[in-house]
Amino acid sequence: MVQNIIDVRNLSKSFDISSKEPGLKGTIKHFFRRQTKSLKVIKDISFEIKEGEIVGFLGANGAGKTTILKMLCGLIYPSEGSILVSGYLPFRRKENFLKNITLIMGQKQQLIWDLPPIESFYLNASIYDLDKFEAKKRIKKLSEMLEIDKELFIPVRKLSLGQRMKSELLAALIHEPNILFLDEPTLGLDINAQRNLRKFLQKYNNETNATICLTSHYMKDITSLCKRVICVHEGEISYDGKLDLLLKKLSPVKEILIVCRSEEDANKLENSGFTVENKIKNEITIKIKNNSITSSLKTILNNFDIEDLFINEPPIDEVIGKILTKKEYDI
Amino acid sequence: MIFNLINRKIFTLLKVQYSNMLEYRVEIALWAISGIIPFFMLNIWTNNNLYESINFSEVMLSRYFLCAFFVRQFSVVWVVFSFEEDSLMGKVSPYLIQPLNPFFRYFAQHLAEQITRFPFALIIAFFFFIFNPESIWIPNLDILLLSIVSTFLSFLIQFLIQSIIACLCFWTEKASSIERLLFIPTLFLSGLLAPVVSFPAYVKSWIYLTPFPYLIDFPANLLSGNETNISGGLGMQILWIFLLFPLFKKIWSEGTKKYTAMGS
Repeated sequence: MVQNIIDVRNLSKSFDISSKEPGLKGTIKHFFRRQTKSLKVIKDISFEIKEGEIVGFLGANGAGKTTILKMLCGLIYPSEGSILVSGYLPFRRKENFLKNITLIMGQKQQLIWDLPPIESFYLNASIYDLDKFEAKKRIKKLSEMLEIDKELFIPVRKLSLGQRMKSELLAALIHEPNILFLDEPTLGLDINAQRNLRKFLQKYNNETNATICLTSHYMKDITSLCKRVICVHEGEISYDGKLDLLLKKLSPVKEILIVCRSEEDANKLENSGFTVENKIKNEITIKIKNNSITSSLKTILNNFDIEDLFINEPPIDEVIGKILTKKEYDI
Repeated sequence: MIFNLINRKIFTLLKVQYSNMLEYRVEIALWAISGIIPFFMLNIWTNNNLYESINFSEVMLSRYFLCAFFVRQFSVVWVVFSFEEDSLMGKVSPYLIQPLNPFFRYFAQHLAEQITRFPFALIIAFFFFIFNPESIWIPNLDILLLSIVSTFLSFLIQFLIQSIIACLCFWTEKASSIERLLFIPTLFLSGLLAPVVSFPAYVKSWIYLTPFPYLIDFPANLLSGNETNISGGLGMQILWIFLLFPLFKKIWSEGTKKYTAMGS
């Protein structure tokens, strides 16, 4: 039986936020009497993550995804509740715990700007107590996996964003952590770089059975890596479960574009009782429920003269976008 | 075993930071030149014959200010500014989840910068001796070694004071303004502008209870061969380090609980 590697119980986090009214009056008032209020950004959440799972955290900006990751890796202190990661209380930042985890934040870098990345890799290797031979071996392996072996000796400032991000990953993974916290790892990368990074993460997970907690606004990151998602809405968990179940629930229909032989056939199809989304000359788009696709297509092919047809999934961004604005999903 | 590991970490940090500092050699040369306040002060003191009032000869005074320049070169600390910037920009976050206190990085940065400064400081000293040949002296080996230790202890005291202030970033975000409050006493009481011996006796007795005279005045007097209480001075430096270190550890552990990882 696969064990839980992350166990979160009734976790809450509050921040003290100061507010200021606009204008000179507000500035003077703010100077003499600063008003702060406690804002609860994470509200009593609980979940578990099993070893080797890749879990995506979804939510709108400010929903609390990054705050959850920061608490899981021990960067910030929880206000209430308990967190156990790999058997450790993260905020105590014990050496053995820190050697087991890594946190990667898109656009935030730990590489030394004016030196080639190899220098930062060796520095990290010594921080994690790796000997030179082992460090060399891991740098070779990871740089080949990430396809950055040629960039190791070029100063970081001269690397492209994609090359820098890959180097960041290498620096963060040199100690072979078994829990990865990734906060927007593909932020700002081009499509190819995003795809390569996703491929790398999948491969890393397959080879090491590492647990990966991921936040991303690029839905492709989530759909291609995560079987399970945790949706966060205003600091609360609105859905925790399989991604495909959620997608089925949220988009129960498919769009089918049918190209008829003639406009006359298209007119007939339009009046045959299907839900028509759009019609232009001999092309007609209809919506069919997922559970009746086969029978509906059979009827169409038997009764109408069809030249071609295309089945389209609704855009994933649109579907997931619905989650970000809702408080609860019961599947 | 543990010491070996720590040494390896520190050694690698130093090596990497030194490579990094070499990328900034022009800036470091300029910083070295910008530390010539003691030479201006020497000029003011000698032109006004003020050295007679403190029973220093002109040669003793010029050696004192040259040594003050050297001590300052190897004990200057800016950790509060680096940490504040890194903290506000969220750069501290990745360091906080590594099994090494981030202050070791800053510590190595400072040491690497001092090593880089060394040749520039020697060049400045060379020119100083060309214009003041009567000030040339060779300190004996014991005194030289003790002065190096004392300068390093001075650096440690300043590093700890600034690190404590830097940790206030966890509460105030702008901790460097607190550091500026310490700038004036450091300037006047450390011996950078005038040897502490020039202060009235009752003021001196108070000054010696603070860490300031052990930052420049004591190591500079020691290196220049002026009369000074060596064991007393070194003892006070060590005492201050023992007082400041636990305070730093406490404020660090309380501060990290307040960390909000903003900017990241």
